[in-house]
Amino acid sequence: MTDIHEHVFEDRTPGVEEHEPTATYLSYTVGLALAILATIVSWIVSQTDLLWPPGIPAGLIVLALAQIGVHLVFFLHLGTGSDSTNNILALAFGVLIVFLIIAGSIWIIANLNGNMMSMPLS
Amino acid sequence: MTIATTLDRTLIAVPTELARGRGGGGPAPKRIVVAFGFWIFILSDMIMFSALFAAYAVMSGNTAGGPSGAELFNLRSVFVETMCLLLSSYTCGIGVLSAERRQPTLFLIFAAFTFVLGAAFLFIEVAEFAGMVAKGAGPWRSGFLSAFFTLVGTHGVHVASGLIALVYLVAQMIAKGLRAAVLRRLLCWSLFWHALDIVWVGVFTLVYLMGVYQ
Repeated sequence: MTDIHEHVFEDRTPGVEEHEPTATYLSYTVGLALAILATIVSWIVSQTDLLWPPGIPAGLIVLALAQIGVHLVFFLHLGTGSDSTNNILALAFGVLIVFLIIAGSIWIIANLNGNMMSMPLS
Repeated sequence: MTIATTLDRTLIAVPTELARGRGGGGPAPKRIVVAFGFWIFILSDMIMFSALFAAYAVMSGNTAGGPSGAELFNLRSVFVETMCLLLSSYTCGIGVLSAERRQPTLFLIFAAFTFVLGAAFLFIEVAEFAGMVAKGAGPWRSGFLSAFFTLVGTHGVHVASGLIALVYLVAQMIAKGLRAAVLRRLLCWSLFWHALDIVWVGVFTLVYLMGVYQ
């Protein structure tokens, strides 16, 4: 059994640092290029009528989400590796809470405004 | 026993269940554990920002007869600001990567770039705030401006504290060298800095681009 252990896990003392390069210069540069692209495209979309005008807010949100995804993968190194499973689970919970707070607030206040009696402006 | 051994080997070759830190292969490296703890902090910071975003989304129409975003925001300077923060995020990542590869000189060069770009971002932001206050559009003017200054100002305070932390970490690296503990702190700091850039993506899109579009 010890033999298996040594072979398969290359048994290391717990807590000892090993050198695990998580990224390369290339992955950061690709991430930067994609992020700049997303920023410029969203800037152009907001300034011109390139996109169907009523769809501009939706387009901007999609571009922002895409850029956040690029940041998470290329800068924060959230990947499919077993090391980032816990981080991704925590992120999923965080996204849920963020969604509840933002969407819930907008929903509640919109309802409140809708049910408000119209008052004459003093 | 030999059969069992070969079976074990094939089973153990499945990486996810038996990888380190997931029950099979012993505890995860300290680097992973520390980064996970810091990730939890970042996520709670994100939840705080989400409350400020929600407040802004609710208040963005309440200008109380005062100036709206379309009249106040200068998208060109905001674009330059955004690029400064994005590039500083890039140099931060490259710098920490050089530190992990034990290249202290390269790390110091990129840390200097990161600091200058982050400071440029803050300078543009403070100039924008000062210009708005000079026009009488301070946070007291309307609900929209209160929410704007709270959201963007909180992000700015984060950037400022990130810059202070960077100076502190560079001093520590010079004093102690690139030892494991210093590398872990640098890793956490880079997570913080990248997370601020993610918040700024939201600010740039929801506050500035959409504010001017409306």
